[in-house]
Amino acid sequence: MSMPFGYASPEQIMRDRAEYARKGIARGRSVVVMQYADGILFVAPNPSKALHKISEIYDRIGFAAVGRYNEFESLRLAGIRYADINGYTFNRNDVTGRGLANLYAQQLGMIFTESIKSLEVEIVVAEVGESQSDDQIYRLTFDGSVFDEQGMAVIGGQAEAVAGRLKERYRDNLPLPEALEAALVALTEPGGERPPTTQIEVAVLDRGREHRKFLRLAGPRLEKLLETAKSETPPDKPAAEDVSLPEPPTAPDGDIDTGSAE
Amino acid sequence: MASQQAGMNNLFTYTGSSSFTEFLGAYAPDLLPSRAQTPAVPVGDQIPHATTIVAATCAGGVVMAGDRRATSGNIISQRDIEKVFRTDDYSCMGIAGTASTGIEMARLYRVELEHYEKTEGRSLSTEGKANRLATMIRGNLAMAMQGLVVVPLFAAYDPAVDGGRIFGYDVGGGPYEQRNYHSIGSGSIFARGSLKKLYRENASPEDTVMACLNALYDAADDDSATGGPDVTRKIWPMISVITADGYRRLPDDEIAELVQAVIAVRMEAPDGPIAPLR
Repeated sequence: MSMPFGYASPEQIMRDRAEYARKGIARGRSVVVMQYADGILFVAPNPSKALHKISEIYDRIGFAAVGRYNEFESLRLAGIRYADINGYTFNRNDVTGRGLANLYAQQLGMIFTESIKSLEVEIVVAEVGESQSDDQIYRLTFDGSVFDEQGMAVIGGQAEAVAGRLKERYRDNLPLPEALEAALVALTEPGGERPPTTQIEVAVLDRGREHRKFLRLAGPRLEKLLETAKSETPPDKPAAEDVSLPEPPTAPDGDIDTGSAE
Repeated sequence: MASQQAGMNNLFTYTGSSSFTEFLGAYAPDLLPSRAQTPAVPVGDQIPHATTIVAATCAGGVVMAGDRRATSGNIISQRDIEKVFRTDDYSCMGIAGTASTGIEMARLYRVELEHYEKTEGRSLSTEGKANRLATMIRGNLAMAMQGLVVVPLFAAYDPAVDGGRIFGYDVGGGPYEQRNYHSIGSGSIFARGSLKKLYRENASPEDTVMACLNALYDAADDDSATGGPDVTRKIWPMISVITADGYRRLPDDEIAELVQAVIAVRMEAPDGPIAPLR
């Protein structure tokens, strides 16, 4: 039922909106946000050097998004303003990831219900704490729902498939190179090619840094990290069920990389 | 609830510049230092004044040092006030004038620089930072006329020249780029005289720190509003060094050693090291 003609039930309208938003978000690549030994790691395949999917919001707070760029860009800027205003009015320690997540939830929910078109975005707000148990990862969907994730969050693209691959390799307290390797393996489709170093966006919220914990990893630093990652990660031992599960063909015919070749 | 939502929406719909100060003016103007209401009578003397800051370029960077005394008239209102502020990874500012206004200005300026960096994805150029500070000082002119003066000294490491740069200001703004060294505050005249003889171009950061410590010592010697090193309480001048590796505030134990070296010389020669005549 198209909007101006005839009657469309509210459920139908909501369902259509949700469908539209989901499609938009599933179109792109996934983004991975996960805990590692020293904080929180963000990994996103991103061919663009200028347009970022991962961004700093405040001292301990990072932001990652998928979907329509101009929409999540305005959310990102609003988040930075919110954080700076509150940090300035009160104190830098008074800015929390939870407050920011609530702000986003309110805004996203309002737009989803009241606007003709909902925002086609899914975002993650992550806050690094003094220790691993204090880290927070919030995933917000286009309709304003907030999910308090434990350990990791995957948004956009084939999120479930990526999350599944990531869960196999995820452990608490992974050192950075291994965590990065796990994320990249998860983001690579079986049989597909890993994106080159120049086309991934990587950032961390490192507990050990002073003042601002957010740090982008790029260029030679990132390459060195990836080399360490490759040499240190032991070859995967696929679980018994894994081999028998028929994966839907997502790659051209040829060998499927189960990770045990080496 | 409606007004709260309108306020929230301002966060999302504001598509103005990347300036935090301008956003603040639109969103919460009462938080700006230069508010419309100014006191009817000059109250400057009743509010603590901050007092000698020196900055000097060194090899690959710049050093800024500030004393620790705040005075209200003839009373020392605080012995360990901090007047040198890290404004971002490669810059810092020292304040002279009214302490509270200066501290507020430094806070706002720090957020201003950070806000720009986060929204634009790049740092401001050194000239941009210096200009922005000038505009903020200019905005404070009304309050300055009432006695709430803030005059900053801005120093930064500029990767474009791989060296330090110093900018001075006056009550109406600026910036005025300075060569080699500069000083502000009530003791600045004495500090400048001292640096004239002790400053060496392109010296190591440590030597430049020594020159600055001597300059502050000389300023404290002749200006009652500038505090010298408090040996009994171990309150030392604040020193920061900015190089390509970023802003670094020297820890107390490091400063203590350098101050002891300065004092050791002064025990023998109270007026300090003598510069050669030819």
